Amino acid sequence: MNTIPIEHALLLAAVLFSIGLIGVVSRKNVILMLLSVEIMLNAAGLAFVVAGSRWIQPDGQVMFIFILSMAAAEVSVGLALILQMFHLNKSVDTKTLGKLCE
Amino acid sequence: MLIVFYLAAIVAIISTLFAVTRSNAVHALLYLIVSFLAVAVVFFILGAHFVAALEVIVYAGAIIVLFVFVVMMLNVGAETEKSNDRWLSIKSWGGPAILAFILFAELAYVIFTKESIQTDESIVAPKQVGISLFTTYMLGIEIAAVMLMAGIIGAYHLAQIKKVNRHRFLGGEE
Repeated sequence: MNTIPIEHALLLAAVLFSIGLIGVVSRKNVILMLLSVEIMLNAAGLAFVVAGSRWIQPDGQVMFIFILSMAAAEVSVGLALILQMFHLNKSVDTKTLGKLCE
Repeated sequence: MLIVFYLAAIVAIISTLFAVTRSNAVHALLYLIVSFLAVAVVFFILGAHFVAALEVIVYAGAIIVLFVFVVMMLNVGAETEKSNDRWLSIKSWGGPAILAFILFAELAYVIFTKESIQTDESIVAPKQVGISLFTTYMLGIEIAAVMLMAGIIGAYHLAQIKKVNRHRFLGGEE
């Protein structure tokens, strides 16, 4: 039997998601913002798996696999964009990137 | 079993907090690896063994390797260039090592107390996940495969450094 209370596991997912959100809005480095987005996606997947194990259905884990593949594709394209951004502006800082011209 | 869950949850929260607050990008990545490993332990305790393995392989393996490569290519942060000695100092890897050791102790505990590993009918077995993945969610798997292919092609095209051809009167560098 599953002895983990679902409230606490969902609370863990919510806390991780909130930390990721704080990271996205507070960091100035674009790479670390992307990293915080990964934390948020991971927390969302955790919530899916917790719900799937609560009702003993495989759908939660299937959704986690979809989130995983989406995160992998997103991070590859995002890091390629960051490489272009660094090549154009010689910086990955949002303060520098926010200006329209130098 | 509950204490293992709460310990892994605390390790996950602490390492994630450190991951979003470190100024050095590589230190943040080290803490993020520990965070993913802790979430993998939580998945294992919840009975999602297949997903726990995927978390370690894909998140803590592949995605972190991508981040590490880009951070090293861009050499982010002024403090990363200061000295090479700091990479070997205990301040850089001490915190993640302690948190990872807690996870290792939990792993050893789970292995050596065999009744704590759930193998009965109350968990979702990997076989059920695979059957559901390739029957009910067949279309989703196809779309995910196409999306991964598009991601590879998009990353390849976007990462190419093209020459900037500005107008000759505007005085561009190329």
